[in-house]
Amino acid sequence: MEILRTVGENVLGLFILAGAVICAVSTFGIIRLPDVYLRSHAATKSATLGVLIILNGAFLYFMIYMDHISAKLLLGIVFVFLTSPVAGHLNGRAAHRLGVPLWKGSIQDELQHARSKREHVRGEKA
Amino acid sequence: MIDAWLIVSLAILSLAILGCMYRLLKGPSMPDRIAALDTIGIVLLAMITIVCVWLRTTAYIDIVLLIGILTFIGTTAFARYLERGEVI
Repeated sequence: MEILRTVGENVLGLFILAGAVICAVSTFGIIRLPDVYLRSHAATKSATLGVLIILNGAFLYFMIYMDHISAKLLLGIVFVFLTSPVAGHLNGRAAHRLGVPLWKGSIQDELQHARSKREHVRGEKA
Repeated sequence: MIDAWLIVSLAILSLAILGCMYRLLKGPSMPDRIAALDTIGIVLLAMITIVCVWLRTTAYIDIVLLIGILTFIGTTAFARYLERGEVI
């Protein structure tokens, strides 16, 4: 029974370590990618994945070894999972409206296309 | 035995926060800085959870929720301010 406990603790520790490594990879993307939009890709997706893995590991640890099912931690997991992509989307839209230039290797800009088409339709109505 | 993994994870996450600080200080445009600040908040949330597991206590779980909500509200307010020139 003791050996089972040790193995379980090591597995949960490796789980949390995997989440931390994913966060570090996301930071590498934030430093190295060339553009606001590509950087927001790294900041939103992979950082959220790493943090969700860490929170899940902590929840499992509290549930298995301390007999404590933490509803607050579960709420935190759901909240981060829902709000982080929304924040990234708002930030990217603000960057586009602000006129931050795209990377020179980008080949299409669909949001600019849609916005110019909408302004064109509005101009015809007026 | 889990403590060694937790300490290594804390070290890796603090390096991640340092990398985000580089982007926060240098970033060419304001949305860059907002994205870096958002990532710093989320990584800080993960660090507090790891400290909770390390100390075998659930006392700091409230702070996880609080930092999550504050990070989201802060990012939303900054983005709206940049977009429209007003917060509300």
